[in-house]
Amino acid sequence: MADLKSQIIEQLNLQEVKPEDIGDDQPLFKDGLGLDSIDALELIVLLQQHYSIRLANPDQGPEIFYSVRTMATYITAQQKQPG
Amino acid sequence: MSSQAWIAGGGVICGIGANLQQCLEAFRQMGTGMQEIQYLQTTHRGIFPVAEVKADNTALAAQAGMPAHLSRTALLSRIAAQEAWEAAGLGDISQYRVGFVSANTVGGMDKTEDFFTDYLQNPQQGGHLRQVMHHECGSVTELVADAMGIRHHVSTISTACSSGANALMYGARLIRNNMVDVVIAGGTDALTRFTLNGFNTLMILDQQPCRPLDDTRTGLNLGEGAGYVVLVSDALAARLPNGPWCRLSGYANANDAYHQTASSPEGTGNYLAMKGALTMSGLQPQDIGYINVHGTGTQNNDSSEGKAIERLFAPDYPPVSSTKSFTGHTLGASGGIEAVFSALAVQQGIIYPNARFTTPMKEWPVAPATVFSGGNRLDHVMSNSFGFAGNCSSLIFSKG
Amino acid sequence: MKIYIQGTGCVSPQQTAGAGPFLASIQEYEGNRLAAVEPDYKQWVEPNMLRRMGRAVKMGVAAARLSLQQAGITLPDAIITGTAYGCLQDTGVFLSKMVTGQEKALSPTAFIQSTHNTVSGQIGLLLSCHAYNNTFVHKGFSFESALLDSMMILQEGAVQQVLAGGVDEITDHSHTILSRFGLYKQEPVRNTSLLQSATHGTIAGEGAAFFVLGAAKSPQSIAQLAGLTTIYKPVSTEERDAAIQGFLATHGLRSADIDLLICGHNGNVEENDTYAQVAQTLFPQTTVAGFKHLCGEYPTATAFAAWMAAEILKQQQAPQDIILSGSAPEKLDRILIYNCYQGTHHSLILLSKP
Repeated sequence: MADLKSQIIEQLNLQEVKPEDIGDDQPLFKDGLGLDSIDALELIVLLQQHYSIRLANPDQGPEIFYSVRTMATYITAQQKQPG
Repeated sequence: MSSQAWIAGGGVICGIGANLQQCLEAFRQMGTGMQEIQYLQTTHRGIFPVAEVKADNTALAAQAGMPAHLSRTALLSRIAAQEAWEAAGLGDISQYRVGFVSANTVGGMDKTEDFFTDYLQNPQQGGHLRQVMHHECGSVTELVADAMGIRHHVSTISTACSSGANALMYGARLIRNNMVDVVIAGGTDALTRFTLNGFNTLMILDQQPCRPLDDTRTGLNLGEGAGYVVLVSDALAARLPNGPWCRLSGYANANDAYHQTASSPEGTGNYLAMKGALTMSGLQPQDIGYINVHGTGTQNNDSSEGKAIERLFAPDYPPVSSTKSFTGHTLGASGGIEAVFSALAVQQGIIYPNARFTTPMKEWPVAPATVFSGGNRLDHVMSNSFGFAGNCSSLIFSKG
Repeated sequence: MKIYIQGTGCVSPQQTAGAGPFLASIQEYEGNRLAAVEPDYKQWVEPNMLRRMGRAVKMGVAAARLSLQQAGITLPDAIITGTAYGCLQDTGVFLSKMVTGQEKALSPTAFIQSTHNTVSGQIGLLLSCHAYNNTFVHKGFSFESALLDSMMILQEGAVQQVLAGGVDEITDHSHTILSRFGLYKQEPVRNTSLLQSATHGTIAGEGAAFFVLGAAKSPQSIAQLAGLTTIYKPVSTEERDAAIQGFLATHGLRSADIDLLICGHNGNVEENDTYAQVAQTLFPQTTVAGFKHLCGEYPTATAFAAWMAAEILKQQQAPQDIILSGSAPEKLDRILIYNCYQGTHHSLILLSKP
């Protein structure tokens, strides 16, 4: 999850945030880390670039991108699925 | 007292026709412009339908009387601006104080994209400078102004998808302030890889033909084209051989100030723009006979616009439709193209159809018109254009 | 109707965004590219918004904030920006990634920030300002169009305070490409001696200047924006001169009524001739000043000139470093800015004491 945090910081250009500032279960959006809908689109690109996961339906975003842990769980699940 | 701004004529080129007459015929026949990508060189061909102008640059250049190596945006602009000028029947352009106010969003980007392929490999020598010479938005305007012999005032506006409508507003102000006698105002945008890929990153492109104002909508289709009206002063309007089409009686520009790209859920900017235009024209909501809505087909845009219309017009709604269901979203051109459609609607009593409508939206209080009809009694028509960065504009065209 | 400048803000290659005295010391540069001295933007913008902004947006936002602060208002009735190039940084990022990555795995932020209306839009968003919001993108007339639109809407009477400005940035791509067009000097050059140069080419500049324009005079009023015109590609010097004289006549002025003529001399020997002609033949008695040795050449450089002129009227003193010919004017009632961008876009901006 530390890698994922660094990737999030880089992708979203969170200049003043360090990986350790992001809690595993902290909500990424709104009152948590304060991300918004543009960030959600950036996170979709992150999944594509780093994990070759294509998220075709942005409506799934809120669930998957709830926290770093939900993202990691989703990535692991996707990587286990063949094809 | 300052002059009013009258519409003396208009011209359009877009995915459903190379001139206004062809566009009207397409509306009558329900012939929409979306097809598989044919002219734009992109890896997305076959994935996203678009409403391209059905001609290559060589053919457009011949029609425009300009060199084929110029940006497609300039070629489209010249064709529509020339048609608009001829429709006005004012004759020799050098006899008037003329302004050209054109809108576009990415200037000569179609050529810049080609340049960058070679340039990035060798920044000091790669690519032909001719390809980036007219990159700037203003350059595209000047290519056309120079070709048409327009010298008294040239300007370019870029407010994303509302650009064309803002060009009409600024043009009307130039007339009201007696800075010029005539303004050709509107917008132009050719399809580019830059915009296609940009909208793709926002995940708002529909892989099917778009369904604006429909509950099943899943995004927009891009289009391309140009549309211009000829705005004239009171004095010139009185001398037009066929009389003016109508009058630009009201306009307003407001900002949603909610989000860089998305509309506020309640459509604050949309509401303020429509309300401001009504106030300026001294009209009540029930005076509007037809609204050519912004209606892109994205979830967010259409629901916000519907909410704003409900807030302003409830309980009695005029007929509405999104002509983007035919032309696709032509971005900087859309405000100009739809201004021409709306001005003609007043003159000929036209209500345009909304293609592919099947399922009413919860957020739209009224189902759109689905068939073409002419000869309606329309005294006032509203045209909406809302864009990125919260830019929202509404225009009202009125009889006499 | 009279229009007053109620506040100004400027980010430029000079120390203009801080609290120091007006052009107290000139920032010196070697080479053909000046870079804006950027203030700490965090004083105006939350880090969460700042992380997405390109330099053009940041400079514009800062200049806008400074001008609002000086005018003592928080919410203008309109926001109008002129920018010829728009947001070049993000345009370059998106374009380069698109070309090199064959249109795959692109991210949205650069595209969203690349649109020309981002500066006006972000200012509106930061201020929660639902008012009129417009962006002009017409080469050397971008700022002039923004001013003209401002003047026209103030005259319509529905709005009282307009925030208007001009902004353009240089990026590595734009500097490389414009250099290939032969715009900039090839030999070593110092900005402080630019205007005395006898060779071809100029130096690249950038910056943002914003103004709060009001319909009513107030204690804040710094200057009056008395007039503006653009002259597009005049066919002859006679036509140009007639247009300049016509402009003066419209405002009931003779050339001797202009106390300071600020010209767009940019060190390019061919272009300097235009300014020399206009100054000598039409304004023989007027002191002439330059400004592009301070801000460099760019399409909206007249916004810097207007900022400088407003400050001069406020201070009632013209810095010695800007005077090109004539002596420091004894009285400073009226300043005329004459710019001729790339030999084709002539503009006149008239400022006077409030």
